[in-house]
Amino acid sequence: MNEMNEVRKPPVATTGIIGWLRINLFFNWTNSLITLFVIYCLYKFIPWILDWTIFSADFKYNYLGEQITNQEMCSRNLDPENGGACWAVIYVRFYQFIYGFYPKVEVWRVNVAYFMLALALLPLLYTKLPYRRYFLYFTYIFPVIAYFLLNGGLGFTEVSTNKWGGLLVTLVLGCTGIALAFPIGIMLALGRRSKLPIISMMCTLFIEFIRGVPLITLLFFGMVMLPLFLPEGIDMDGLVRVLVAVTLFQSAYMAEVIRGGLQAIPPGQYEAAKSLGMSYWRMNLLIILPQAIRISIPPIVNTSIGLFKDTTLVIIVGILDLLGIGRGTLADTNWLGLSYEIYFFVSLVFFIFTFGMSRYSLYLEKKLKTGINMGAD
Amino acid sequence: MKKLLSIFAVAAFAFSANAGTLDDVKNRGFLKCGVTTGLAGFAAPDDSGEWAGLDADMCRAVAVAVFGDRSKVEFITTTGKSRFPTLASGEVDMLARNTTWTISRDVNLGFEFVGVNFYDGQGFMVPSALGVSSATELDGATVCIQTGTTTELNLADFFRLNGISYEALPIETNDEGKENLFAGRCDVYTTDASGLSSTRAAASNPDKWKVLPEIISKEPLGPLVRHGDHQWGDVVRWSLNAMIIAEELGVTSENVDAQMSSNVPEVLRLLGVEGNYGEMLELSNDWAYQIIKQIGNYSESYEANVGPDTPLEIARGLNALWTQGGILYAPPFR
Repeated sequence: MNEMNEVRKPPVATTGIIGWLRINLFFNWTNSLITLFVIYCLYKFIPWILDWTIFSADFKYNYLGEQITNQEMCSRNLDPENGGACWAVIYVRFYQFIYGFYPKVEVWRVNVAYFMLALALLPLLYTKLPYRRYFLYFTYIFPVIAYFLLNGGLGFTEVSTNKWGGLLVTLVLGCTGIALAFPIGIMLALGRRSKLPIISMMCTLFIEFIRGVPLITLLFFGMVMLPLFLPEGIDMDGLVRVLVAVTLFQSAYMAEVIRGGLQAIPPGQYEAAKSLGMSYWRMNLLIILPQAIRISIPPIVNTSIGLFKDTTLVIIVGILDLLGIGRGTLADTNWLGLSYEIYFFVSLVFFIFTFGMSRYSLYLEKKLKTGINMGAD
Repeated sequence: MKKLLSIFAVAAFAFSANAGTLDDVKNRGFLKCGVTTGLAGFAAPDDSGEWAGLDADMCRAVAVAVFGDRSKVEFITTTGKSRFPTLASGEVDMLARNTTWTISRDVNLGFEFVGVNFYDGQGFMVPSALGVSSATELDGATVCIQTGTTTELNLADFFRLNGISYEALPIETNDEGKENLFAGRCDVYTTDASGLSSTRAAASNPDKWKVLPEIISKEPLGPLVRHGDHQWGDVVRWSLNAMIIAEELGVTSENVDAQMSSNVPEVLRLLGVEGNYGEMLELSNDWAYQIIKQIGNYSESYEANVGPDTPLEIARGLNALWTQGGILYAPPFR
């Protein structure tokens, strides 16, 4: 009896590593061919890229052991057979990439701001944080602190935004744009669906106009035309003008994303809320928006990532963001010709940020189970 | 677009030009100078974040003339598209940004070019291995050309005049042109000669590339200011002229103190020992002395930024003094 009931193991070919390989990589002959081809490509490519970026690369010293101060001293320029990437340019210019032209004596302020940004994001990203409520208060006042820290005032020496650059500008533009566009976008989305004709028309007009023109046009608008609308004597900072343009652009997109979420909420939810006697605002804040935003997370993150990368367009109006600093470096006669290194580094930094955002959105989706059909539960 | 720009220019002009720019600059305490976002040899941030280059020196020279201090200048980066609105709206006091002096810019856009600090022109770069020594031998060549620029028209004119044919490979940016030429997808790359030099310097083996002797267009690059403020225009014009005259007279940043007791009258006038030329410009009398002391004469600035000893290796050529075979010429200092 016992022997009869003994559970037989599944065939070797369907479990463990071999089973996984068979099912995923060698399921049929086309599958196997593609697998082999990809393995071959990786075999050719990975050693080369590792060699170029790490093993034969110069980090601070060249192969003669000298500290590199210009492109002629890079190993690959001394001896084309010898040496890969010349990361010394990043090493020498690291300060500019991260802070732009921010004065060295004041740079601790930027560091504090970077640290505080992480602290302010913490309660937003990690909801199980102990004392989260107090952290959130800090998050709300962080923009004010950051303004005085970076720009000056309240006893800090003023550092004009003209001196800002590199990652600092990229983060200021990206974070402000995303953070401001979110509430504005929600208001626009609600406005567009409003039954009051003037509000709905104005919101629709705004969204369609902003969405209908390229970001570059808006940047020029902010740079050239905004000052003409302001009363004489009021001098608006260049970075602020760009921020206004970026925020307007992002809010229009955010509004449409959120409107998409609103459309997906079944009418029953509205009716249920109304039958409980809820006012318009209570209904939206407590019932509709939490559900709408929950299902809009992937497109919200999508447009945010898009905006973060679009900030590089500010070079057109003469603001040196991370990519702009990279291009400026390439124009220095000491570092001519190191475009691979510089563009690689800039892409890597952008990748780290955007990949972080995308992973976080996946985590959120899993946590909030956005996949389920809300109408049914 | 041009009409629109000039409307902006006029509108902005009405707001900004009622007070003299020189007074504005003096009250503000520093000069706002528009430069490129980075162009090898002309304006680019160095490792310590200081702007360096021929155009950057031009900005500093004006700052020295007004304040006697080369650090009293804020560099505002501008692109080819944003430079004119930025100047017209009064956000910068002057542009020193590789801008070609043309009639439409000078007249229609409401700007005033005050001089030329670099004579550039469109040239050709080929692989040395091609064995070509003149652009007239380029019949049937594939040419990498930036679309939508005046270089495209110049190229077509040049080939038609010489009765030879070419095949155009359109590109967008300088980087693209460089990569295409280095990869052999085109035989010739054409753009301004200074740009060719920096492209060549960026090659892993510059000797493999050759800039042909033909220059097929006039590109006089110089600083410009807003129309209508002649006093300020004079300050910028004579800051540039002072550097050129200093080279003519052999006054350098090193010997300028010794030259104070020179027996050449023009040197004494230039350095403010005699006459009151500074007062005429509403500057201090030693303004030119300070420019030469702190920045150097034109030659010193040229050699340090774009000259044969730099990676760009641009020979003086047209930019030599008129006495030395070039066309660099400044009106006399008297």
